[in-house]
Amino acid sequence: MSKQEKELLKVTELRASIEGKEILNGINLTVNRGEVHAIMGPNGSGKSTLSSVLVGNPAYKVTGGSVNFHGLDLLSLPAETRSHEGLFLSFQYPVEIPGVSMMNFMRAAVNAKRKYFGEAAMSAGDFLKLMKEKREVVELDNKLASRSVNEGFSGGEKKRNEIFQMAVLEPQLSILDETDSGLDIDALRIVANGVNKLKSAENATIVITHYQRLLDYIKPDFVHVLYKGRIVMTGGPELALELEEKGYDWIKEKEDKESVK
Amino acid sequence: MELNDEKKINDSAQATESQMIINDVTVGDYKYGFVTDIETHILERGLNEDVVREISRLKGEPEWLLQFRLEAYRYWQKQKMPDWAHLRIPEIDFQGISYYAAPKQKKSNPKSMDEVDADLRKTFDKLGISLEEQMRISGIAVDAVMDSVSVKTTYRERLGEMGIIFCSFSEAVKEHPELVKKYLGSVVPYRDNYFAALNSAVFSDGSFVYIPKGVRCPMELSTYFRINAANTGQFERTLIVADEESYVSYLEGCTAPMRDENQLHAAIVEIVVERKAEVKYSTVQNWYPGDKEGKGGIYNFVTKRGLCRGDYSKLSWTQVETGSAITWKYPSCVLKGNNSVGEFYSVAVTNNYQQADTGTKMIHIGNNSRSTIVSKGISAGKSENSYRGLVKVSSGAENCRNYTQCDSLLLGSSCGAHTFPYMDIQNSTAVVEHEATTSKINEEQIFYCNQRGIPTEEAVGLIVNGYAKEVMNKLPMEFAVEAQRLLQVTLEGSVG
Repeated sequence: MSKQEKELLKVTELRASIEGKEILNGINLTVNRGEVHAIMGPNGSGKSTLSSVLVGNPAYKVTGGSVNFHGLDLLSLPAETRSHEGLFLSFQYPVEIPGVSMMNFMRAAVNAKRKYFGEAAMSAGDFLKLMKEKREVVELDNKLASRSVNEGFSGGEKKRNEIFQMAVLEPQLSILDETDSGLDIDALRIVANGVNKLKSAENATIVITHYQRLLDYIKPDFVHVLYKGRIVMTGGPELALELEEKGYDWIKEKEDKESVK
Repeated sequence: MELNDEKKINDSAQATESQMIINDVTVGDYKYGFVTDIETHILERGLNEDVVREISRLKGEPEWLLQFRLEAYRYWQKQKMPDWAHLRIPEIDFQGISYYAAPKQKKSNPKSMDEVDADLRKTFDKLGISLEEQMRISGIAVDAVMDSVSVKTTYRERLGEMGIIFCSFSEAVKEHPELVKKYLGSVVPYRDNYFAALNSAVFSDGSFVYIPKGVRCPMELSTYFRINAANTGQFERTLIVADEESYVSYLEGCTAPMRDENQLHAAIVEIVVERKAEVKYSTVQNWYPGDKEGKGGIYNFVTKRGLCRGDYSKLSWTQVETGSAITWKYPSCVLKGNNSVGEFYSVAVTNNYQQADTGTKMIHIGNNSRSTIVSKGISAGKSENSYRGLVKVSSGAENCRNYTQCDSLLLGSSCGAHTFPYMDIQNSTAVVEHEATTSKINEEQIFYCNQRGIPTEEAVGLIVNGYAKEVMNKLPMEFAVEAQRLLQVTLEGSVG
């Protein structure tokens, strides 16, 4: 694979705001195929904003910079096209859609993508097989299909359901936004196992988290620390352990001193 | 358990399958807007006693029916247009309308397909309504009505063997005058309201159904109404009688060409349900709604009412209202029998400049009578959507129950949703519940769909169909598919 083929995502000087308030202040990040990146940082540092901006949430306004996603100008694409092109977000708070069965929802999603690539819609039989196969990745039972999207799901079920959708859509880049929040230790293991099963040399994962805990299960190649809308530190897995031990205050102090200078 | 789940999954897979097919064929515009070029016998515009007499003469009616019409006409003349609804109704020029239009057929009352005019047959084929019995896989008997007359009723012989009468209203007058005379106006008297009086004076055709004692009708009965001719009104009349311990499920569909001028539709549906009988009446109303600027469209003023006359009788109304420029419609149940049950499930969608004022009346007279109302209003564009409902419990009715759930969903910020619930409870043993919600379509839900690759338009269709699911589930399968598609088409372009 050439360097160009290997490079999946390149974020350059990305700036974004919500309701006039600047949240991202020039993010630079390169993610290659086969890599797992963890993004950590204190509350309000812009972690969720970064994921929202990448997937095209209209609540956020991009004010500068560019994002290249395997050769595409990502920021110029509507959210659904970003999805078709292989970008997936596991939501921190998965949304409930009453009355719409998971089956109907996923069918619409799968076929929208097939339509985008000029393929015919999937037959009911093939689709059922796909659902059954992918369900097993996160140990979800088959009652899921007839239940409404996320409605009445427990916290753990919601997150497993996100990873299930990820398995079905087979994205090139998955962003897991605080997937560990609200999970007990068993659910965390199931979710992490699911993510690991889906990992390959072709795709990549960005894990956004507060805690080291998830990274015990999903081993990152790189750990980035986000603070005040910028990546202020990058290291290997050991950085996460250091943060777990020392907290974020030493980074905050260091950064705030630098910015005074 | 396992099997059951698989079945559920298969069912929902099938539902998705149909949804998909639907999505494929979906186009944003009203696809039934064509006009059939067919020779039509149209009465001159205007309304007076001579016109009423002429309609009666053309139909070869007996004297008693002419008298019924004339009394209704004289009553109507003295009445004023009702103005209590939350509707802006432009003045209707009742003298500018023709009250009778009949497509010319070579033979009246065609007995076989060969006798049905080819152009008429093509019109209904184009609408997806096959008049050829052997071609139909779904096994629905159809009475096809174009403008003022019934074109063809299918499966008559087969139903006849069971004693079921399913024919056009005109034929019923000729062949079963005693039944028509007994029940006509017994549930909706011509004095009921302005449009009921007008309909009683000039009604042209419609369907007649009689289910004899103890008979369960083996197939869905359906009437398909089509307005074709210009400058005409459609005034049909449907009468359904379910005798003791019988059952029937009845479907009604309708479409009209796209025209710049408004057209008037004022129908009456009367239903009589005897002891332990059950009637399910489902409507998918898709009259031409007018264009995006609000030009043209059907004015739909309809009186629908059923009388649950016998003990343990049950009447269930399900309606999906997507069409018409103006809808004024309150399918109601008079629960006279003890332990009788009335139900009303409604989805009303309005977009652009459509206006709908719709709901129901549940009149509890019998002891232990129960009623359920589930109304889902969806408004988009610059439309106005109102729910208006009455729950009345009379003083002698003991232990009555009503549950009303009334939800409104707003798409965009230029539309209106209104709720006008009336309760008149005269008996202290009654238990009446009313729940209501109003919400805007959730941006987060749309974005969640977008992130999974589902474009906004499709996402809105999905979310709205989910919102209306409780009602859609009540529709017979054949209709549910059509109704889902209509919801989506009606709302296209309403968000984003």
